[in-house]
Amino acid sequence: MEHVLIIAAVIVAVGGGGAAVLASPLVRSRRRPKPSGGEPGAGQDGAGLAGDEHPGGTATLELPAAPGTADTGAPHAGAAPPRGLPVLPPVAPPAEAERPPPSAGRMVRLRSRLARSQSAFGSALLSLLSSDRLDEQTWEEIEDTLITADMGVGAAQQLVGQLRTEVKVVGARDPAQVRKLLRADLIAQINPAMDRTLHTKPHGDRPAVVLVVGVNGTGKTTACGKLARALIGDGQTVLLGAADTFRAAAADQLQTWAQRVGAQVVRSDDEGADPASVAFDAVNRGIESGVDTVIVDTAGRLHTKTGLMDELGKIKRVISKHATVDEVLLVLDATTGQNGLRQARVFAEVVDVTGIILTKLDGTAKGGIVIGVQRELGVPVKLVGLGEGPDDLAPFEPEAFVDAILGS
Amino acid sequence: MFETLSDRLTQVFTTLRGRGRLSQADIDATAREIRIALLEADVALPVVRQFIARVRERASGAEVSEALNPAQQVIKIVNEELIEILGGEARRLRFAKVPPTVIMLAGLQGSGKTTLAAKLALWLRAQGNTPMLVAADLQRPNAVQQLQVLGERAGVPVFAPYPGNGVGDPVQVARESVAEARHRLYNIVIVDTAGRLGIDEELMRQAADIRDAVDPDEILFVVDAMIGQDAVQTAQAFLDGVGYDGVVLTKLDGDARGGAALSIAQLTGRPVMFASAGEKLGDFDIFHPDRMASRILDLGDILTLIEQAERTFDQDQAAAMAGKLASGDGFTLEDFVEQLAMVRKLGPIGNLLGMLPGAAQNRELLSQVSDKDLDRAAAIVNSMTVQERQNPKIINGSRRARIAAGSGVTVGEVNNLIVRFQEGQKMMRQMMGGIPGMGGMRRGGQKAKAKGKKKGKGGGRPANAPGRRSPGGPAGLPAGFGESGQDSPGGVPGTGGFGGLADRLGGTDGSLRLPPGLGQGFPAPSQPKLPPGLRGPVPNRRGRQGKKGR
Repeated sequence: MEHVLIIAAVIVAVGGGGAAVLASPLVRSRRRPKPSGGEPGAGQDGAGLAGDEHPGGTATLELPAAPGTADTGAPHAGAAPPRGLPVLPPVAPPAEAERPPPSAGRMVRLRSRLARSQSAFGSALLSLLSSDRLDEQTWEEIEDTLITADMGVGAAQQLVGQLRTEVKVVGARDPAQVRKLLRADLIAQINPAMDRTLHTKPHGDRPAVVLVVGVNGTGKTTACGKLARALIGDGQTVLLGAADTFRAAAADQLQTWAQRVGAQVVRSDDEGADPASVAFDAVNRGIESGVDTVIVDTAGRLHTKTGLMDELGKIKRVISKHATVDEVLLVLDATTGQNGLRQARVFAEVVDVTGIILTKLDGTAKGGIVIGVQRELGVPVKLVGLGEGPDDLAPFEPEAFVDAILGS
Repeated sequence: MFETLSDRLTQVFTTLRGRGRLSQADIDATAREIRIALLEADVALPVVRQFIARVRERASGAEVSEALNPAQQVIKIVNEELIEILGGEARRLRFAKVPPTVIMLAGLQGSGKTTLAAKLALWLRAQGNTPMLVAADLQRPNAVQQLQVLGERAGVPVFAPYPGNGVGDPVQVARESVAEARHRLYNIVIVDTAGRLGIDEELMRQAADIRDAVDPDEILFVVDAMIGQDAVQTAQAFLDGVGYDGVVLTKLDGDARGGAALSIAQLTGRPVMFASAGEKLGDFDIFHPDRMASRILDLGDILTLIEQAERTFDQDQAAAMAGKLASGDGFTLEDFVEQLAMVRKLGPIGNLLGMLPGAAQNRELLSQVSDKDLDRAAAIVNSMTVQERQNPKIINGSRRARIAAGSGVTVGEVNNLIVRFQEGQKMMRQMMGGIPGMGGMRRGGQKAKAKGKKKGKGGGRPANAPGRRSPGGPAGLPAGFGESGQDSPGGVPGTGGFGGLADRLGGTDGSLRLPPGLGQGFPAPSQPKLPPGLRGPVPNRRGRQGKKGR
């Protein structure tokens, strides 16, 4: 117990009054100090709790060979990657690079994929709404159905309230009419008036900078790769900055993406290098080589880790010294529940998120959390990830999205 | 606004507290609040419904007629139901009779399989096993490489015949890996598979093929603690597609309340076996259902805190420090700085505070304490001379100014620190005085003797002393039902107050396998790994006390 006691003591001294109230019960329960026994857990993992910052390494940065010095050998993807530290492959063999399709109209193409998983949800809602009697229980079921889409209790209750009044006013009962009402309400929740354009056009001689952030495992690196593809498909030049220096092989993953479409990559070979310095160099290099857009991939970080959030703030500040950060895109996993709202709130506070990429929407998850996020933070969903294919990232279109949910 | 489940439930119970009887309307209101709270905590809707139905039924049933405070009654029910759903005790890994034991990981994309594979390997290695990692995620770009790097960090060999990025057949890799492990005498094989969606039939079939190829002893379903309502569909799809025996919850170090754990455990009947909370490879442990229930109900996750502290702190140092604290004046600013450094090593202070009981109610206050405050405090003390640190009383105006300049703060902040330090010193002394008496009354003779020897003062304090400080204080409620644990149906919960909490901690402490020293003072507890405070060693005794106190 002395450990807790120590923590309590520190809190008392540092935090003062309120913390003391909290700490006192702990202290009170103190037991006799124990002798140092051979504790199995002792000794391992001396560095302690999860929340520690990523080890700050030196920021030695190795830039990839300039495009054009590409070798003509086998494409890297096919060769066995060497064990241990990756060797920098030549970047961007332009002749072999794929030409991805432009981004426009992708949502329509991917609609079927969205509908595949969502139709059950839509038909359940519609059948409930067009049932003979709309009593308390039915309304509750409607609310519950909305909640299963991760919309959140608040948003669901509001939507149901609205629908109730409308149905009463209109006196609508036939399915087509109800569907129209529901569609309008859902679209209103997603707010189609928001500006969802992605600002990726260069300003004069400076490239546009897109910073991609999010918690672990939402698909940031993949989103970066797909976004680069989409932009190249639209005829822009792109440079990727691998500022995820923490996760093993994250930079390699990004590089693989870049290679497929012939984008440049700036990375550090030093694991644990300062991500801000990598981001800075990426932007510098982007300015030098005159690309249109620089996309900076960052390491996944839980929003609860203040140290890591500070690091993210630093990345943005450092980039801002040389260029304007045009877009800060928060990557949210469609499966994320109500915690997504907290994530968005903290990220917005730290780096001022300008848009959301909703990934993994091709699964059974509905991604309803974005409704709450949009409502509370006013940050629009700009892109959606609808599959594992390299071109399955589409600009978000509210109407098409709702239509897909409800099934046409 | 109540943001977390524990906040919300606490609020529900605050309004419940003080009423004489539980009316039907009360139950309805409580049920509604619990429903919203659970939904906001991402517990899946069907599970919420079942949960509410059970709570409602039990609350309006015969139990209410007992001479219990209705609030305590509801809390007790909720807690028991939570633990029941979460699966009681944690299950251990099944090992194959003939090695290698094959463990297969499956889950959605981005749930943390690759990282978890390495964590699991390190954990198993620390227990004397010889695990081998198998890179069967040949789909995501450079997943193989990631596993290789992680394997190197964990000091575990990685079987990766194919470079990945779409090249190679994962089923074949998995099949070969078992032969390889047998050949090289590794006793555990951990197969990392690609992330896949539940509705992706092709990939689910591939997963099933991998399963058939290696015939795993354990299939673990890896799921992100932040997952929302979709947890149900996904868990079911994987259960149908590949089947699994256990669940691993990842990213528990975030502030997600882990409703998914509840949902999946309830709907599939598969226990959550491991919890991964942190980015380092060592941040991995067996899942403790009881602790999770505690976390949800704002009992604080004190056991985890202690374990973390034990791993991080130097034992002798900690014991010496505690001794100094107890002696009051012997505790100097120098020791304080040392402590600061120790606490800092544990990680962000916010995480620690979150684990303390009663944290939810004090969230406001606690949010003001940040790591920066710790650093600043350390800077201030470091700017003092040795003499000043040992005897803060000599710090006069000019010394204050010097210290302030040296540490880059205002004189006011220096003042504050000194004043608070002195207050803290005083408080510690007071508390230390109170302990032996409490311990004696509650734990019975043996322990009291053990304690008495250590510090023989204050033995005569009345047992209900804690109540005097702040009756019904913030920590009161959670403590109250901690005592009415599931295996003591007849136990009457205490009225709460800090005494209750202290008890709970005491229960924790006494039944804990961790503090080895305690075993010397009194017979080893019969249940070596008790949940925190939910089964205090002497619930009935305490219960009686609580009644008296009221």
